[in-house]
Amino acid sequence: MRLLRIVPDNTNIGFVRLRFVAFAFTILLTLASITLIATRGLNLGVDFVGGLMIEAGFSQPVQLDELRETVSGLNVGEISLQQFGGPNNVAIRLPLPPGDETAAQTVVKRVQATIAQKHPDVVFRRVDTVSGKVSGELIRNGIFAVLLAIAGIAVFTWARFEWHFGVSTLVALFHDVIVTLGFFALTRLEFDLNVVAAILTIVGYSLNDKIVIDDRIRENLRKYRQMEIGALIDLSVNETLPRTVMTTMSMVLALGSLLIFGGEVIRGFTSAMLLGIVIGTYSSIYVSSSLLIALGIDRSTLAKRATPSLTPEINAERVTRRRDDPKA
Amino acid sequence: MLDFPRWKIWSICLTLLVGVLFAIPSFLPEATVAKFPPGVPSARFNLGLDLSGGSHILLEAATDDLEKQQLAKMEETVRTEMRRGDPQVNIGDISTTGNRLSFFVRDVTQLDAAVDRARTLTSAVGVTGKRDWDVAVVDSTRIVMTPTKAGLAYATDEAMKVAVEVVRKRIDELGTREPTIIRQGDDRIVVQVPGLQNPAALKALLGKTAKLEFKLVDLTADPAQIAQGRAPIGSQVLPYLDNPAGGQRIAVQRRAILSGDELIDAQVARDQDGRPVVSITFNSAGGRKFARVTQENVGKPFAMILDNQVLSAPNINEPILGGKAQISGNFNAESANALAISLRSGKLPVALKVIEERTVGPDLGADSIRSGAIAAIIATVAVIAFMIATYGRFGVYATLAVVINIFVILGVMAIINATLTLPGIAGFVLTIGAAVDANVLINERIREEQRRGRNVIQSVELGYKEASRTIFDANVTNLIAAIIMIVFGSGPVKGFAVVLTIGIATSVFTAVHFTRMLVALWLRKQRPTHLNI
Repeated sequence: MRLLRIVPDNTNIGFVRLRFVAFAFTILLTLASITLIATRGLNLGVDFVGGLMIEAGFSQPVQLDELRETVSGLNVGEISLQQFGGPNNVAIRLPLPPGDETAAQTVVKRVQATIAQKHPDVVFRRVDTVSGKVSGELIRNGIFAVLLAIAGIAVFTWARFEWHFGVSTLVALFHDVIVTLGFFALTRLEFDLNVVAAILTIVGYSLNDKIVIDDRIRENLRKYRQMEIGALIDLSVNETLPRTVMTTMSMVLALGSLLIFGGEVIRGFTSAMLLGIVIGTYSSIYVSSSLLIALGIDRSTLAKRATPSLTPEINAERVTRRRDDPKA
Repeated sequence: MLDFPRWKIWSICLTLLVGVLFAIPSFLPEATVAKFPPGVPSARFNLGLDLSGGSHILLEAATDDLEKQQLAKMEETVRTEMRRGDPQVNIGDISTTGNRLSFFVRDVTQLDAAVDRARTLTSAVGVTGKRDWDVAVVDSTRIVMTPTKAGLAYATDEAMKVAVEVVRKRIDELGTREPTIIRQGDDRIVVQVPGLQNPAALKALLGKTAKLEFKLVDLTADPAQIAQGRAPIGSQVLPYLDNPAGGQRIAVQRRAILSGDELIDAQVARDQDGRPVVSITFNSAGGRKFARVTQENVGKPFAMILDNQVLSAPNINEPILGGKAQISGNFNAESANALAISLRSGKLPVALKVIEERTVGPDLGADSIRSGAIAAIIATVAVIAFMIATYGRFGVYATLAVVINIFVILGVMAIINATLTLPGIAGFVLTIGAAVDANVLINERIREEQRRGRNVIQSVELGYKEASRTIFDANVTNLIAAIIMIVFGSGPVKGFAVVLTIGIATSVFTAVHFTRMLVALWLRKQRPTHLNI
């Protein structure tokens, strides 16, 4: 049986050579994302800004203008309407009314009653009420947990590998998060708590990717003691390329199915993850690996820290088999 | 590599079998699981409200309210204790403004004695060695008592313990299905009721403190003064919306003659005119007190006060013996029932405010589950096809590992009774991705080694060895992140991290040890000279 080969054996793509172009592109992408976040801002859901969210399902498409008129007659503050999934579903967002919880409850009831009067077929699928106090905490806790997790990762990578790896991983992870946020600013997709989980997934996946390549770089650093560092990173990225492509393909296949068939609730969330996987793969190859060269990784420190190899006799033999030596 | 002892095979298979078995009840209808004989695992993992529909309410205690209560209580104690003790300490000008209790000691020579006596009224907080009140002297004539942080924290903690129980009782009385009531942090309670569509009734019930008191009406008060909200010393003005005399206010004595604590039952009944009332029964001590007060005050009105609002202020026509009374007010059947439930479940030691509320309709929940399940199956099939197309036999092994891994994760979630939410599914996706990745790493490494000219056994052995290190590094990093998120994160972040933690543990086991066993058994039997990988 012939098996599927997506990446041919023994590729020798010069990733490192392209690193200045890639750096420029990365910086551009990051700056563009930051600009987008700063100017357009994120479409924060009620989770993060507080307020009321009523999701209404109708048996047939409704005109948003007409619905807006119906609701604004109630004088309940600035209304934001958004089609959600199909033309039959509308998410209605309202500011939190002044006063206590009963005030919010009254607003919800009045809005529901008014809509039900005009559209007897309406079904209220979801109601969220989040007070400003809770939303502030949710933002703070979310950011805090993500930052702390990234910091913990960096410390581990530093301890297990070398500080260069820790720094490059950290920078690449921030890059992934910023670009994903930029995507949300660009598309105005609603940014809610579930998206935070999606971003955590991206960080986790991207991290996995970086560790795999870092691990191979470390292995090759010990194996090919004479090789120039750029060539060594190229070799490592090329050697792990089949794995990178295979895993990314599997994730894309899985997330693609979730995106197409998974229904409305998880759509924003899966699209974020899908994008994040692509960004994460890119940043593993171009951001973190290339950054290692810029940081001037030094093989002498690594050799001192070297843990005993798992199979020294076979590794020794392999020194003769290197296929890539630019000095030759 | 080929050396795979029998005990190892057995322990791997047994571990996985147990995990899979625990996952089974979660896929069977609830009724079937309920019929399982004892001893058979019947634990299921739960679906979060975002997937199954229901109401989620986050309540926060009004701690400033609690602080006021503490001050008022201490004020009462100080008044009685200073007068009662020997020698009697003459105090005056008691004030509780600025969150501290301060009073004037008239006789300066008694100041030290007064301080000592005030100190005896404070108590130690736990084992911290701190006291719940600070006692200080100001201007050599005033004593100032300030509640300490530790004291307030302790009072909050005690109040919250009671509040959780009261909330649980009230919700149980509503007869809703499997509510979850959990204390969160210092001053919050999370209430989750699956399937509940309209949480208005629930919130009305939780919003009531249900502090019931009986106080005598102060007949000496001047109506003009009452209208301005001023009452004679020892009395207070309370809102009384149904006041037949008009004005919606009434003056009552500060001292309660009886409180709701002595209540043993509350039921909805009808009065002569068929209007709903709440009929209450006191315990024997309360009944005796009530009898004595009504005997002494025949012809005078007393007020029934709920949460500082007067419900009714009837005249005592005759002594009420036997400890039964009726609360009338502006009730309908529903509000009378809510009051009866609130009274039965006891008063909340502190008022609770709803600060977050989420309701998911059942059809949205059902839709999400259905499309989620379909998508998950399609995703799994796609990945399996891809794996087998790429790695052949090794792809089949990897598939087996991933599928078993899915069941084991669900089994572990059932054992620890975890809840699967939308963010949890994200964690799931990442875990499956990592499990696939582990197999990809191993298989790619085997291919690489074979390409380098190693024989079959060497390639497989090296492939597993070298890839295992990478897999270990990658998973430990993710595990660190997951544990940090469990400890510091909340809500969705936590839901994500819990699934991820379980998944990392199980996927390393299935992806590395289980497939290795399958490969070893196959190699031993077939002894191939070349691997098609």
